[in-house]
Amino acid sequence: MVSKKECVAMLLAGGQGSRLYALTQNVAKPAVPFGAKYRIIDFTLSNCINSGIDTVGVLTQYQPLVLNDYIGNGQPWDLDSIKGGVHILPPYEKASGGSWYSGTANAIYQNISFVDRYNPEYVVILSGDHIYKMDYNKMLSYHKAKGADATIAVLNVPIEEASRFGIMITDNDDNIIDFEEKPAKPRSTLASMGIYIFNWKKLKQYLIENEKDETQSKDFGKNIIPNMKNAGEKLVAYRFDGYWKDVGTIKSLWDANMDLINPAIPIELEDESWKIYSRNPVLPPQIIGSDATIKNSMVTEGCYINGTVDNSMISEDVTVGKKAVVKNSVLMPGVKVREGAVVVNAIIGENTEIKADVHVGEDEGKSFEETRVAVVGHNITVSNNVKAEEILRESN
Amino acid sequence: MSLNMGNVLGLIFANMHDMLVKDLTETRTTGSVLFGGRYRLIDFPLSNMVNSGITKVGVITKSNYQSLLDHIGSAREWDMARKNGGLSILPPFGNNNIGLYRGRLEALNGARSFIKNARQEYVVLSDCDIVTNMDFRPIVEQHIKSGADITVISHTDNYTKEEIQSSTMLSVDENNRVNSAGIHVKSVSGRATLSLNMFVMEKDYLIKLMEDAEKTGKYSFETDVLRDQVNKINIHAYEYDNFFRRIYSMQSYFDANMDIINPENTVKLFPANKPIYTKVRDNAPTKYGAESEVKNSLIADGCIIEGSVENSVLFRGVKVGKGAKIKDAILMQNTVVDENVSLDAVITDKNVKVHNDIILKGDKKYPMFLGKSAEI
Repeated sequence: MVSKKECVAMLLAGGQGSRLYALTQNVAKPAVPFGAKYRIIDFTLSNCINSGIDTVGVLTQYQPLVLNDYIGNGQPWDLDSIKGGVHILPPYEKASGGSWYSGTANAIYQNISFVDRYNPEYVVILSGDHIYKMDYNKMLSYHKAKGADATIAVLNVPIEEASRFGIMITDNDDNIIDFEEKPAKPRSTLASMGIYIFNWKKLKQYLIENEKDETQSKDFGKNIIPNMKNAGEKLVAYRFDGYWKDVGTIKSLWDANMDLINPAIPIELEDESWKIYSRNPVLPPQIIGSDATIKNSMVTEGCYINGTVDNSMISEDVTVGKKAVVKNSVLMPGVKVREGAVVVNAIIGENTEIKADVHVGEDEGKSFEETRVAVVGHNITVSNNVKAEEILRESN
Repeated sequence: MSLNMGNVLGLIFANMHDMLVKDLTETRTTGSVLFGGRYRLIDFPLSNMVNSGITKVGVITKSNYQSLLDHIGSAREWDMARKNGGLSILPPFGNNNIGLYRGRLEALNGARSFIKNARQEYVVLSDCDIVTNMDFRPIVEQHIKSGADITVISHTDNYTKEEIQSSTMLSVDENNRVNSAGIHVKSVSGRATLSLNMFVMEKDYLIKLMEDAEKTGKYSFETDVLRDQVNKINIHAYEYDNFFRRIYSMQSYFDANMDIINPENTVKLFPANKPIYTKVRDNAPTKYGAESEVKNSLIADGCIIEGSVENSVLFRGVKVGKGAKIKDAILMQNTVVDENVSLDAVITDKNVKVHNDIILKGDKKYPMFLGKSAEI
């Protein structure tokens, strides 16, 4: 018999991440390297264990091999507990037939029996592609204190950005009275972060009803939340005021990496009380050569740096050769930048080699907001220059 | 017949040589001395055994072993948290021998039931004073082929007086047979073959040596076996030629750390297919500030560097403040160096804190040492 849990986390990690182009060609978005030694999903998994949630279902679908391998038994996140732990949940064939996950709500619907094994009071629904540090336990306490049926985490965003998000309209008590998806004229600045806590019994009932209704798509934002509101359930907003970023696009992925080395941005990776765990490679410390210059950057184990690295994020096992320059860029694990090569305003995929004296990306002297980022995919060899904003999928 | 390394038991002596680098072993075993930015000395023999296919290892320890237990934990990082075999830490049984044990045979007798109960036919014994990436397979293979009673792993080179005096010197004939062994030979320098304090033999043979030693009141493998029985038994030397460094003094510790900043040596010590495992601490990547200047150094994760660092080894979680100058230094885990401090030829143990504007200077031939948690 599986022991009862108060709260189980369900982490949606099946999205294709098509807007990351070459970077998600063979890898699910949550498994994309991020922040020099992490993968995107590390932030959510670490939040779970740091919040005291030790039972996590990870719903996978698109290109799951790398992600499955990376998560393994969950040990790096201390999620290899015998009383819960991390479980990879791909779509599977049931007696009644089987099908791919057709939406966020359908993915949870197909795993009702998984959640039921733990008989939880609450379920927290998370996305595997957000960068943030958040205590879900605080949100759960708030959910309980409010006596809510569903709680949605919201972020106060600048009004000019509000039309990019799902916007929650609340009363003075932060009860959600209405919402709008990407409104042209936003009535509020509270943006949904895609993080929900539900009373499980209630959610289960709405999932089953939603599934029966052929006219509805199977999505939390589009169907479940509106259906609950229309039925008069109590929906409340939980205000989060820390750093949060959805890294669904090339630009936002680059921005979020740059944020980590921006002293003005409040996301500390060194915080001992809220560690971000990751599957560590077994590599020696980084070696900094006699001709190296490194400024305002993060570099991790297994690297050999003998060129110039400025304002960049350098993942494990990267080589930057003599007289090579890496500026405002993100180098994923195993990248080789040979002698005299220049990488600027770029994201370079895993194990890709930039040949000597080749230029990738351009320094157009634009502001950070307007910077055009060049992208080079995984496992390729770059022998010719790559322009600003170009996306290179194959060796050139 | 192919070699079955599952048939080999690994035995590591964690406390041997504790007296040689006293400053570093005041609160820990030789095996738990920090090395190379993110390692402890025991990581090398232990990873080498794991990478060679050995699946059961006993770590023999006597005192100061808290840091060792903390480091190794369940041995999961070495892939040695197993139901069959795996790693066992063997503290002394009973309390009749307070203090450091006098020799390997005495230490082994404290772990006799562990050794006897192991199903393995052969044993590899190693101390923790050699930093290297060693494959034990060809050595065990040669041992079996040679029919020797004992194989000693050794290296021939030009040595200083200090190196020879702190070691066991072997005289080896053209058939690799050891004819004599000199322990702590004084005032000799030049070409010599020195033991690396690593041995291969049959387990039953080792048990016989242990039992004989107990009966006759003997305790030292070196004096009582290597030296005194060399003519009665068949001892072979295995000439080991890969990159290694032996830690036998503070100076050799300093030099060995400096040597692995050189990428040519780093590649030999950490080849991609034979990693050296260590405890994972989940540090953030190292952060280089806007004014940092780092050259020719080995830097672990979790550091925050705002000042200048040259020819140095920084362990995990070291902080170097703005305007600070670090040169020819080894800064162990969580050392904090405030603004405008200057450290030249200095070794700091764990958790040392050096306050603003302090200037400390040792000599590369005699580095200054700041003990664990010192505050200057």
